[in-house]
Amino acid sequence: MEHTVLPPWALIAYLAAGMLFILSLRGLGSPVTAQRGNRFGMAGMVIAIVTTLFTQAPIPPGDWWPRPGPHDLVVLAKILAAIGIGAVIGLTTAKRIAMTDMPQLVAAFHSLVGLAAVLVGWAAYLNPEAFGILNGSGLIDPLSRIEMGLGFAIGAITFSGSVIAFAKLNGNMSGAPILLPLRHWINLGTLAAILGLIGWFTLDQSLWVIAAITAAAFLIGFLLIIPIGGADMPVVVSMLNSYSGWAAAAMGFTLHNTAMIITGALVGSSGAILSYIMCKAMNRSFISVIAGGFGAEAGAGDDAARVDRPWKRGSAEDAAFLLSEAEQVIIIPGYGMAVAQAQHVLREMADKLKAEGVRVKYAIHPVAGRMPGHMNVLLAEANVPYEDVFELEDINSEFAQTDVAFIIGANDVVNPAAKTDTSSPIYGMPVFDVEKAKTIMFIKRSMGSVGYAGVDNDVFYMDQTMMLLADAKKMVEDIVKALQH
Amino acid sequence: MDFISILSIFTLACFVGYYVVWSVTPALHTPLMSVTNAISSVIIVGALIASASGEGLASWLGLLGVTLASVNIFGGFAVTARMLAMFKRKGR
Repeated sequence: MEHTVLPPWALIAYLAAGMLFILSLRGLGSPVTAQRGNRFGMAGMVIAIVTTLFTQAPIPPGDWWPRPGPHDLVVLAKILAAIGIGAVIGLTTAKRIAMTDMPQLVAAFHSLVGLAAVLVGWAAYLNPEAFGILNGSGLIDPLSRIEMGLGFAIGAITFSGSVIAFAKLNGNMSGAPILLPLRHWINLGTLAAILGLIGWFTLDQSLWVIAAITAAAFLIGFLLIIPIGGADMPVVVSMLNSYSGWAAAAMGFTLHNTAMIITGALVGSSGAILSYIMCKAMNRSFISVIAGGFGAEAGAGDDAARVDRPWKRGSAEDAAFLLSEAEQVIIIPGYGMAVAQAQHVLREMADKLKAEGVRVKYAIHPVAGRMPGHMNVLLAEANVPYEDVFELEDINSEFAQTDVAFIIGANDVVNPAAKTDTSSPIYGMPVFDVEKAKTIMFIKRSMGSVGYAGVDNDVFYMDQTMMLLADAKKMVEDIVKALQH
Repeated sequence: MDFISILSIFTLACFVGYYVVWSVTPALHTPLMSVTNAISSVIIVGALIASASGEGLASWLGLLGVTLASVNIFGGFAVTARMLAMFKRKGR
């Protein structure tokens, strides 16, 4: 196996880049150190890129330093132009994107990593000498072929899967699951075909083999994501995050590059852990999410069972009075709040209450937004201090000592059916114990449609519940006005 | 480097990843995702090698890869910085 021999400084530089990437994730342990972590990540990337550029120009034997010729400088100019184009697109997007659209942006970014992996794989196939993966007989080393094959396949799945996830999240495509007949057999067949083709690739390095691997992997990425419903998108986004890491790792194996291997492993584990957390928060198994179809029956539920139970309607003035009299208020925001753009006025309401001596806390369910941690970002954007924001397990015991549980744009995450009704589709999902609070205020547009899961919520009909039926933003604005009197 | 050394680095890095990611506070899971997105674009290393490898289709594929990965690198780090700047303590 004849690999391009890199000078020792380059190998150490790649190792340093990998270590900086580890430190960048470590920084995210707390909001205090997070910015520094992000800068570690940038430093690691600069080191990886500069090292690669330096080692590409010919290095005279016995020397450590490259001696670029005129041709090398032309190549360098082209590369810098390519980086420049990417930088402009990336920075503009990052600056303009609305925080509510973060899930789409992340899905779009995943698709780029996937496509880049496919392109690198093809380039390595077309010019194996440059990548140092030829063996003695002038063919691509069989082990490298397996690594390349896996890189192609995972990259292509990441690409087409992320494109579908983007389209669903961005509303270019309905969030409803698309269920093909025999889809499990089609998927298993395609997967078997990909593995078979990778095996064949070790025997025969013809162009058609990698073309077929790429095509089949594009197809399966598409097939895997179309049957998954909107409610499961947080899991899908996390899963694709993981795949983009494994694609980078596979390419790292081909190139024998430490920075790529370390990063791939980090990103792969990160996405896998986030998928696990999301599944657990919805009490769904990873397999059933991947199998898809969840949310297909939503809305077709038991309308007959939920007719005419008594419930109480409150006004903004009633709500303002009870809130200002409270000692502790816990606000439970859901994605509906973000859709109504009510987070800023909600923070205004919280400030007014705090000024009157009320303790105000925010309670976040892991699936409150459309991707892991999304709701925390939306609240941070509205200047809610992060010390006021609590995770489900940290705050759930406090509802018994809480005067008002204020539910805005959330539904399934406060549904007690998840604890009691074994026939409910959300049974087993961890939920907030809002029924222990003295008063429950529930902001909702109407008594009609309910939640992603389409199940009725007993909280609406409890004695201590006050339904505040209006657009979330309008209602909170009215409460703020009433608080001023 | 032989295959076993590479596999060792990979396996150990998976363990490091597992423990480091569990130590990330859930409030920062969205920035975690955007920053992992940015760093997984280290795949640009492969694209740079392809771009620098003379003429022909491989180098053009490489340049396209460099562009895509750069979108991700600059966009990913910038959007992470933008989000993290929003996380503030009380009384600011």
